[in-house]
Order: sequence, then structure tokens, then C-alpha cells
Amino acid sequence: MSTDGLDRRAAMALLMADRADDLLVVPGLGSTTYDLAAAGDNDRNFYLWGAMGGAAMIGLGLALAQPARRVAVVTGDGEMLMGLGALATIGLKKPKNLAIIVFDNGVYGETGMQPSHTRGGADLVAVAHACGISACMDVRDEADLEELARRLDDLSATLFARVAIRAEEPPRVLPLRDGVALKERFRAAIGVR
Amino acid sequence: MTGATVPWADQLFDVLKRGHVRQVGYVPDAGHSRLIERCRADADIHDVALTTEEEGVALAAGAWLGGMRSALLMQSSGVGNCINMLSLPRTCRMPMLMFITMRGEWEEFNPWQVPMGSIVEPVLKLCEAHVHRVRKPEEVAPTAEQALREAFNDERIVAVVLSQELIGKKVWVK
Repeated sequence: MSTDGLDRRAAMALLMADRADDLLVVPGLGSTTYDLAAAGDNDRNFYLWGAMGGAAMIGLGLALAQPARRVAVVTGDGEMLMGLGALATIGLKKPKNLAIIVFDNGVYGETGMQPSHTRGGADLVAVAHACGISACMDVRDEADLEELARRLDDLSATLFARVAIRAEEPPRVLPLRDGVALKERFRAAIGVR
Repeated sequence: MTGATVPWADQLFDVLKRGHVRQVGYVPDAGHSRLIERCRADADIHDVALTTEEEGVALAAGAWLGGMRSALLMQSSGVGNCINMLSLPRTCRMPMLMFITMRGEWEEFNPWQVPMGSIVEPVLKLCEAHVHRVRKPEEVAPTAEQALREAFNDERIVAVVLSQELIGKKVWVK
């Protein structure tokens, strides 16, 4: 198990610090949903408890529907790998208000820490770049993370960031899991009906 | 394109426009080619070419969270690709409007289209979709309008299955 990389909870907390109301966040199922809940519940979070491989595409639909707001998908390497084609789809549309952030620990943490394809060498930053997303970051330390937070604050082009995190499982923080309630409160928070 | 004065793909496009559908996801498909062309040419519609149909299910969920209506165009083979992702609109009770062109039935040349084509309707029903079957051009617009109302007013999964006899057989030797 790797000891390299950032603390996932601290990384999420930094990205969500002083969060403005125009930021809409879609985490992937599993650990990134717990990380986002741990950073503080928010009506503008749409937690996923399933739909593996769908987080980035939910982000795309939301970003196209809400061009005046910023959308951040924060998901894990395993979830991103299941829907890798989404990066090609997003590369075609390139909404300016969409950021795809992948917390990459190289393992499937939810299922027993089995190594993922990124551990075996799959390079998500290279994939995103090859799909036409020109603003790509490989976040390896605190300074990079602060730069990512700045770029998220001032989002002006489709952004992809891979954040190297340690393979560890902090205590789970379980948010609301009623899908209808999550949808209703999200839509009410941004004023769509 | 027999019988009706307006080709069925154009009827469908008009229904989508009148119904304020602003995102259309699709995997390129011969049966849907005219409708895809119309959507791509419309500046008010975000046409989203997908690498696999399940992306379109997630796209529609995101669109609905953001207050925008979305539709998904696919061929019958794509239905199988959507099964797990349909958990999203099922769990969250979101609209999911799908238009599915059939293969594997009327005058099909390619037997590889039959296994998925033959189970499209039961699979959709198991996924709690309301399924409408269309065989004739004059049924397209009223059925699509009904499907659109059901999907967006009731927040449910609705599939319009367009029969191969409506679309016409694929020409294999040109």
C-alpha cells in the first residue's frame, strides 16, 4: 500500500474551503462521496451511491444545463476508469465550467484495496489530454493542490486534474442516500423546478 | 418514409423542440441519422456524441439536476449497455426519455443483432421503463408527445421503440 500522496480528507477540505454558492459538486460513489460529506454537507452536493462510471457524465449534463455555475466532479480512479469514454465525450464538448478531479490512490478502496489500472501504469492525465482536454494537472503535493484550488475558483476552461492521494481508508462519513431527496434538495438549492 | 407527409425523423425532431428538450445524447446510428443531423444543426440543442449509451443516461440525470430536458437516441443494441446506469433515474426518480431504433427484427440480415434486439422490451420493462412501440409513421408524433409528457411531468423512464419496419432495412450491398 502506497504511502505517497496527499491526505484525501485534507485535499477535499482544501478544495471545498470557502466554497461559493455557484459551485456544484458531484462526487463518485464510495470514498469521494464520504470525503465530500466529511468536508461539510451542502445542498449543492449530489452524492452518488451507485451509477459507477457515470460521475463525469452527470457533471457534463449539469455543466451544459447550468453554464453560469461551476461544476466539479470529484471521483476516484476506479470510478473514472469504468467510464473512461466519458473523457472523450467531454473532450468533444469542452464546457468552460466543468472540472473533473480524480482522487487517485491506485486501488479500489471500497472493495478491499485491490490494485487499480492506474497502479499498473494507466495514466489518467495523459488520457484526458489525449481526449482533447488541454487544461490538465497532475497534482502531487500541497503546492499543486493549492494551484488546483485556485484554478477551480477561477474556472475558465474544461479542467482535468488527477490528485495523488494515499491509499488509506479514513472513517466513513455517510451522507443522505435517498436519491429522490438528494435530487429534490439539489434542484431546489439552485432554483430549478 | 412512407405514408406520412413529414418524415418520421422530422416529426420526432419537432416534438423534441416543442417539448423544450435541449440536450440530445446519441451513439451514431443509421436509423437515427436524420434526427441526429437535425439536432446537430440546431444551435439551441447541445448534441452530445457518446462513446456508449450508458453515458447518455448519466448525461440526462445531470441535465435534469440542472433543470434542462435531455433525450437519448440509440439503437436496440445500446439498451443492454444502459442497464446498470438506469439505476440512477430509477433511484432518484428522474426523467429518462429514450428513442430506440430496432434491429434484429423486420428483414434483418445480420443475425448478431437478434439476441439483444429480441429482449429490448422485457429488459426495458425490468428497468421500470414505460415502453411505447411505434410501427407506422403516423404514430410517431403522437406517441413521442405522450412519452415526453410522461417522462418530464411524472419524472419517469420512458422508451419509444421504433420498429424496424418503420425505419426500413439496412442496405448491405451498395
